[in-house]
Amino acid sequence: MNLSDSKKKLALAGVVCGLVAAALAYFGNPANMAICIACFVRDTAGALGMHQAAVVQYARPETVGIVLGAFLISIATKEYRSTGGSSPMTRFVLGMVIMIGSLVFLGCPLRMVIRMSAGDLNAYVALIGFVAGIATGAYALKKGFSLGRAHETNAMSGAVLSAMMVVILALAVGTTLLISSKEGPGSMHAPIIIALIGGLIFGAFAQKSRMCFAGSIRDVILMKNFDLLTVIAGLFVVMLIYNIATGNFHASFVGQPIAHTEHIWNILGMYAVGLAAVLAGGCPLRQLVLAGQGSSDAGVTVLGLFAGAAVCHNFGLASSGEGTTPAGRIACILCILVLLVIAFVGNKRKS
Amino acid sequence: MKEVDARGLSCPEPLMMTAAILKETKEPVKVLVSEPHQKTNIEKYAKDHGKKAVTIEKDSEFEIVIE
Repeated sequence: MNLSDSKKKLALAGVVCGLVAAALAYFGNPANMAICIACFVRDTAGALGMHQAAVVQYARPETVGIVLGAFLISIATKEYRSTGGSSPMTRFVLGMVIMIGSLVFLGCPLRMVIRMSAGDLNAYVALIGFVAGIATGAYALKKGFSLGRAHETNAMSGAVLSAMMVVILALAVGTTLLISSKEGPGSMHAPIIIALIGGLIFGAFAQKSRMCFAGSIRDVILMKNFDLLTVIAGLFVVMLIYNIATGNFHASFVGQPIAHTEHIWNILGMYAVGLAAVLAGGCPLRQLVLAGQGSSDAGVTVLGLFAGAAVCHNFGLASSGEGTTPAGRIACILCILVLLVIAFVGNKRKS
Repeated sequence: MKEVDARGLSCPEPLMMTAAILKETKEPVKVLVSEPHQKTNIEKYAKDHGKKAVTIEKDSEFEIVIE
């Protein structure tokens, strides 16, 4: 099965993922969030007690499902490769930065598109920053940026993150050890079985279509290639139809669920996410998928996302519907400076 | 034959390296990559640019000859 060899199949994969996102929103996930990777990793980090923000703690079965969906489909279609060793610590930092930027804006690139499909104009403003960040990353790549080669590792190594996800799911379903929000976004969720199946389908289709929100725009800038953008367009159209049909479409800046209107920080937050995602070789969704198909480097980036979520909520960096925080604004600037160092100092491709 | 060794590199480096060498030379080019999606991308790039790509799978890696 190859979904990436024609634009029609790519668009179809986007439509399937859009239907999953719409179904999850319908069955109880928070408004305009549906299947936001940053939000759901943050919620899962909270469930594990990595942060104590009471309203965003819940082990999201979607996160587990995406990793396992990618793992299973890559095994089934012989695309599983256990690899690692391409600047793992730099990738950890990139993961942290992706989460910090996402929580300044309030959403990963996937949620940005979902917010756009619901008429949230702040997300369109953030898109400017996201594209600018990707363009900066593309410029760094043209100048020879590289995190170096990954090498084949023992087959078991690439399956560790998938195994950890199974353990999280088992703890969530079979014990009371994990924390679950009583109110707020963390308390709003689709039934576990629907969320898990949704995640599995999403992960499998994302793996076969190479869906990547940063990669789609990066490929347009670098290669004039619109293939990956076709997947995102498919998802956007389905969510747009869903939002209009259910009365959730409201074109405005104010009054959008779990969003703020500080334009400069929406731009800078997503600038950091776009740049970090290009340097790491993919958006948060793509990192989960690559980790599922055996990349320990992507696995380390995912651990960086978890650590970033803990930092955001333990030190007051995360924004809320009220707006950004002083600490969040300082962290966002520092993150961009760190990214520029990673992009332009030291990480050169070796011939 | 010119060779591009892009094994183990993250996207989009293999494709960028291939595009750069195809601009430089009209000779056949051999490209080595590790990941199946990178193989697909290189094959598609070659086809889109009017070239023929023949791929051999070696162990878990791919050798693509573009001419």
